[in-house]
Amino acid sequence: MTTDGARRVTYRDAMREAIREAMQRDERVFLMGEDVGRYGGSYAVSKGLLEEFGPERIRDTPLSELSFVGAGIGAALGGMRPIVEVMTVNFSLLALDQILNNAATIPHMSGGQFQIPIVIRMATGAGRQLGGQHSHSLEGMYAHIPGIKVLTPATIEDARGMLWPALEDRNPVLIFEHAGLYNVEGELPAESAVDIAQASVRRAGRDVSLITYGGSLPKAIEAASTLADEGIEAEVLDLRVLRPLDVASIVASVERTHRAVVIDEGWRTGSFAGEVSAQIMEQAFFELDAPVARVCSVEVPMPYAAHLERAALPSVEQIVSEARRLVRGTAP
Amino acid sequence: MADADDRTSTPSSDAALLRQMVRIRRFEERAAELYSRGDIRGFLHLYVGEEAIATGVMAALEPDDAIVATYREHGHALARGVPMRAVMAEMFGRVDGASRGRGGSMHLFDASRRFYGGNAIVGGGLPVAVGLALADKLAGRKRVTACFFGEGAVAEGAFHESMNLAALWDLPVLFCCENNLYAMGTALARSESETDISLKATSYEMPAWQVDGMDVRATLEAARRGASMVRSGSGPCFIEFRTYRFRPHSMYDPELYRSREEVEEWRHRDPIDLFTSTLRAAGALDDASMAAIEADVAREIDDAVAFAEASPIEPVEDLERFIYTGRPEPSEAAS
Repeated sequence: MTTDGARRVTYRDAMREAIREAMQRDERVFLMGEDVGRYGGSYAVSKGLLEEFGPERIRDTPLSELSFVGAGIGAALGGMRPIVEVMTVNFSLLALDQILNNAATIPHMSGGQFQIPIVIRMATGAGRQLGGQHSHSLEGMYAHIPGIKVLTPATIEDARGMLWPALEDRNPVLIFEHAGLYNVEGELPAESAVDIAQASVRRAGRDVSLITYGGSLPKAIEAASTLADEGIEAEVLDLRVLRPLDVASIVASVERTHRAVVIDEGWRTGSFAGEVSAQIMEQAFFELDAPVARVCSVEVPMPYAAHLERAALPSVEQIVSEARRLVRGTAP
Repeated sequence: MADADDRTSTPSSDAALLRQMVRIRRFEERAAELYSRGDIRGFLHLYVGEEAIATGVMAALEPDDAIVATYREHGHALARGVPMRAVMAEMFGRVDGASRGRGGSMHLFDASRRFYGGNAIVGGGLPVAVGLALADKLAGRKRVTACFFGEGAVAEGAFHESMNLAALWDLPVLFCCENNLYAMGTALARSESETDISLKATSYEMPAWQVDGMDVRATLEAARRGASMVRSGSGPCFIEFRTYRFRPHSMYDPELYRSREEVEEWRHRDPIDLFTSTLRAAGALDDASMAAIEADVAREIDDAVAFAEASPIEPVEDLERFIYTGRPEPSEAAS
C-alpha cells in the first residue's frame, strides 16, 4: 500500500472486489452464470465468492445462456438485482433474444410500467489465439440497441467502480470486460468516484485525438507515448460507455485537436468506430483539419495462427501511423 | 352457485366462469369487427375456442401471483382483471391503453396485476417466468408464476432450458401449455418426434398431466391442484391443456393447413356451449340469466369501445419516453 492509500491490484481482483462489495451492500444482489461458483469463474473473477456467500447467491447454471439470462431478466422484474455472468460475448449470442426482445424492449413496450435492473457481465475480445468462435468483439453490436446501457471498463478504477452504479441503475446494463485486461495490474486509488455516463481523457494532447474504449485503450496510450517521442501530442479519449454515448466529450476533444483516429477491435464495416466517426461528421465537421481515420479489425473470422491474428487486430503501429498521417499529411 | 374459494383473485363460481368466457368471446368478436374497420391494426391473434383455459387458471391464482403470457393473450389479460377499457384502448393504440399504445394486441402489460405481458417471441416468456419464480424463491415468498405458452413453443430451445432450470432449482412455476394442435399452420406431428408433450415435462422430473382444455371446471380444478403443489414449494408443475383454435392463426391466415370438417368437429366441443349445456341440464342456468350475462357483457364492450375511441393518442414528442428509467430515489437504493 502506498502512502496515499492506493493499492496495486489486477483488473480481475478489482472486478471481484466490486462484486463482493455489491453482495455485501445489497442482499438483493446475486451472481449467476456458468462455472461462477465451484470452478471460481472461467476467468477466476468470482474465485472465493461461493465460500463467502453460498450457493444461493453464487449460483452455478447449466450451459443454458438463453434461459439463465432470461431468468436474470425475470428475477430483476421480480425485485432482485442479478449480476449475470455470460462466460464470453461469443456465447451471449445464444441469449441475444432475451437481451434484445425482453431486457431492452419490455420497459418501453409496457409503457414504462416495468424496469429491468439487471447487470450482464461478459468477457470480450481477441488476442489469445482462440480462433474464429472465441475472439469476437460485439459490444458495438449491443450498443446498437436502445434500452440497454453498454459499459466498457478499461482501467482498474473502472473495473472496481462501474459495477455498483450499474446495479443502482434501473436499466439493463451490459459490462464488457476485455479478456486481455484481466491480468493488467495497476493502482487502485483509495477514494474514487466512478460514473457510468461520461467519457474520460486518459492523456491530454493538442494534435490528434485517439478515441477508443476497452481492450484498445492500452494500445492507444502506448501509441500516444510513441507519438510524443516524435513531437506529436495525442489526446487519448476513453469512451467508457458506448450507450448512451457521451458525444459531447468526443466533440470537445475534436475541438481541441482537430483530428481524430478512432480505434475499435470490432470489424470495420458497421463498427462502433463508424458511429463515432459519423457523430464527428455531424457535430464537429468544421472543426476537422483532416478526415477521421479508423483503426479496426480486418474483416476476417479470427485466425488461430499468432502472426495472422496479430495482423487482423488493431496494432499500436497502425494507430501511430494513422495519427502521423493525419498530423503530418504523410502517406501511411 | 357460491364461490368455492374466496382467496382467489377472480371469482370462481359457475356463473362467474361462464360470464368470463362469454366476456372474452364477445370482446374478441368485436375486436375482429374493429379490425375489419381498420380501428385495430397490426397482428390480431384471437383466443376463440380456448377461453376455458385462461378463465380456469386465473380463477385458481391469487392476486400476488404472476402471469407471463403469449401474443394470444387478450383472454388472459381480461380474466386476470386487466380492465377491458385498457385492453381495447391498447389495441386502438391510445394513451389510456394497458401499455400506453406502445405494445398493441400482442403486448398487454399490467404491473398492478403482476401481468408480465404479452410476449410475441415463441418461447420468449418461459425464461422470464423462471426468473420471476427465482426471485420469489430467493426472497422466501410463497407465490406462483403461471407461464402460458402454446405447443409450438415446445420445439424451442428456450422451452427445454427453462424446464430444466425450473426443475433443477425447484422453482415455483406453473407451466400452462395450451396445446391447440397447430403452431401457426404446422400440426404437432409435423414438428415433433414425440407428440406427447406432458411426457417431455415428465422427463425433466416435474409432475405433468393432460387436461381437457374445453371444460372450464376441469381447467379450474387442474390449475388449483397445480398452483397448490407449486405454492407448497415442491417445485414446478406442468399442465397440458388440450384445446383448439376456432379462428385462423391471425387475421391474415387463409387456413390451408386444416379442413373445414376438422374445425366443425371441434366446434361441437365449444367450451362455452359445453358449460352452458352442463349448467342448463343441472337447472343452474336459464334463458333469462344467459340473456342477462350477454346484455351485461355487450354493455361492457360498448363502453370499452367508446372509451378507446375517446382516448387521446400519445403526443409524438413523447416518442422516446420509457426507453431508459432515471436514477433511483435515494430511498430505493441499497436495502
